[in-house]
Amino acid sequence: MKTPRLLLLLLLLPLPTRAAETGRIVVGSKNFEESRLLAEMFAQLLEERTGLQVERRLGLAGTQICFEALKTGAIDVYPEYTGTGLVSLLGEKAGGDATVTLRRVRSEFLARWDLWWLAPLGFENSWEIAVSAELAEREKLRTISDLARISGRLRGGFGHEFVGREDGLRGLERIYGLRFASVQPLQQALQYQAAGDRRIDAMDAYTTDARLLRHRLVVLEDDKGFFPPYDAVPLVSGATLAKHPEVGAVLGLLAGAFDEDRMRALNFRLQEKGESEMVVARDALRELGLSNKEGEGGEPESARPAGGLLETFQAERHAIARRTGEHLALSALALLLGLLVAVPVGLWLERHRRGAETVIRLLGLLQTVPSLALLAFFVPFLGIGIVPALVALWLYSLFPIVRNTYTGVRDADPRAVEAATALGMTPGQVLRLVRLPLAAPILLAGIRTAAVLTVGTATLAAFIGAGGLGEPIVTGLQLADTNLILSGALPAAALALVVDGVLGWVERALRPAGLDIRR
Amino acid sequence: MPTPSLEADQLSKTWPDGTAALAGVSLTVAPGETVALVGESGSGKTTLLRMFNRLAEPTAGTVRVEGLSVAEADPIALRRRIGYVPQDGGLLPHWRVERNVELVPRLLGWDAARRRERAREMLELVGLSFAVHAGRYPAELSGGQRQRVSFARALAADPPILLLDEPFGALDTLTRHELYRQFLDLRARLPKTMVLVTHDLGEACRLADRIGVMQRGHLLQLGTAAELRERPADGYVRELLG
Repeated sequence: MKTPRLLLLLLLLPLPTRAAETGRIVVGSKNFEESRLLAEMFAQLLEERTGLQVERRLGLAGTQICFEALKTGAIDVYPEYTGTGLVSLLGEKAGGDATVTLRRVRSEFLARWDLWWLAPLGFENSWEIAVSAELAEREKLRTISDLARISGRLRGGFGHEFVGREDGLRGLERIYGLRFASVQPLQQALQYQAAGDRRIDAMDAYTTDARLLRHRLVVLEDDKGFFPPYDAVPLVSGATLAKHPEVGAVLGLLAGAFDEDRMRALNFRLQEKGESEMVVARDALRELGLSNKEGEGGEPESARPAGGLLETFQAERHAIARRTGEHLALSALALLLGLLVAVPVGLWLERHRRGAETVIRLLGLLQTVPSLALLAFFVPFLGIGIVPALVALWLYSLFPIVRNTYTGVRDADPRAVEAATALGMTPGQVLRLVRLPLAAPILLAGIRTAAVLTVGTATLAAFIGAGGLGEPIVTGLQLADTNLILSGALPAAALALVVDGVLGWVERALRPAGLDIRR
Repeated sequence: MPTPSLEADQLSKTWPDGTAALAGVSLTVAPGETVALVGESGSGKTTLLRMFNRLAEPTAGTVRVEGLSVAEADPIALRRRIGYVPQDGGLLPHWRVERNVELVPRLLGWDAARRRERAREMLELVGLSFAVHAGRYPAELSGGQRQRVSFARALAADPPILLLDEPFGALDTLTRHELYRQFLDLRARLPKTMVLVTHDLGEACRLADRIGVMQRGHLLQLGTAAELRERPADGYVRELLG
């Protein structure tokens, strides 16, 4: 059904103009259900109503990464919230109602970055503070001020982003005088579990989150008006609109299309029924009369199956194969680039010993930077996707290879090296025929370490949209779906073992004979 | 008088920290002659030896090999014409015996058949069997066998000069005496100019034509064993021969 019509469409279209330039648009989202769902709706709508080829970069790790990606042109559009734009991105204080807030972010974003806030989607997804229904009942909690009264006895469990943001916990503590007995930063999906099990007493939540109901949580009134209005709006770059003005018009169809109840119902299908955003988005667009596509099964890899691990693997097998391929390609490329640089650097350092220890120590220092931080570090410069991931993985691979090349060649049997020199080998011959072969076992061990490290770290690349086996891990963490997490984690672990095994074999095969003989 | 094989003319070397490794040492070695350099460690004997094949460079003075200043020679070509045997053999552990022996012929571009023939000849010369030992790795040999291979390697391209840096130093007494006999036998058969560094005066007396006694960078005396015994230049030499 879909294919013939698409073909027809292609035949009817004046092809040259469509294909001209990059007739391609990239839709991004943050890594929670609602953001993914809205982005998926943008994507489907654009696919259906424009001739653009749409690429999805869903589940990017947080506001900063999405925002930087938009600024650098790595993505063209993503759903953002006005309050987040005001406080988090502009660094201004909350104040004023929804209209004032929208007006403010609109003018500032246009002036500073040529980024356009289009028409609001009609619902607000504010931050709320939620507590269990029993606690609210027992302690007569109605407002956040009430909570502040007893917060010294309570355990808080908040999202990572909420803990760090000025319009999050820090501001809240200052304005309301909240002082929790303990504050635990948690993944969003885990927050609900912890609150449901009553292992935390208070948490941050989104207005439209369907899980509040299931875990019998109630939200407290923001009686001091601390949280700014958080209207959901498509945020688009001006450059994209200039090139493809139809994007603005098509996304305008979603203006005022949702209210909080409708959004909560859609989130419920994602969060509680485990449906894929692809299906839910299509249904939502159809209900709005914006799509007339038949609702006949989404792509198999995005439908989230209920049931056991085996079913998940069965359903995800194509996706797993594709992601394994991506993962391996990303790791292999990073490692290859690492080799091309690290081996010559190691050899060079061995010839110029003076700076060697310093350089190696600096590279070692780089290893102590948490992988995710290193990945995120490059987003402002390199955008999102493969390139920053490649650079970060490449940097990680350098240290083990440089260090082992250096020490391996440096410590190669000095008597053999001297004899080879004394008998008339050129320095190049000494290196090629003596030092490198003698360093081979150590050098190969370094490469093996780097390879396993790279394969492991590459799972984090999904946080910045580089795909690979981290993808289901990131999504699974979001949805607290253990099977989905395992569908990424198990193949990743297996891949690491295989790579380690293969390189172990290579190491033994390439190890010069004569070095293992013990008399 | 024929051109000396090796000449050292007022050689000095000062280490970066200011200590003198060599202080104005002069010495000539005639073609076919074996000179032993004896002295304690740090006396400069090894440094002097290494200047003949430019493993060490003098701070002042001139080294001549077969009449030509080595400072003007290409060190790589120079080294390929000078055999070298270090204390522990210095064999390449990842190469089999045959390939070790063929090292210099290979650098000189000999063809495979000629190299193999030469390796066979050299191994037999030092008392090893090509059939048994050629395919072994150095780690599969005894210390004495490794040293023999090292000699075979040094001789493979038939260099006129051999530099020997404590070649018997790491061997047990029995093996050492067996190798002494072999060495003297080789010396009788092959007219090589040799410089032998050793800390063992008995070895020097037994193997060399003349002996140079070194102390703290100076060559105290150079002469035959008899000359040294009869007319020691100073107390140190007298005590050494005591």
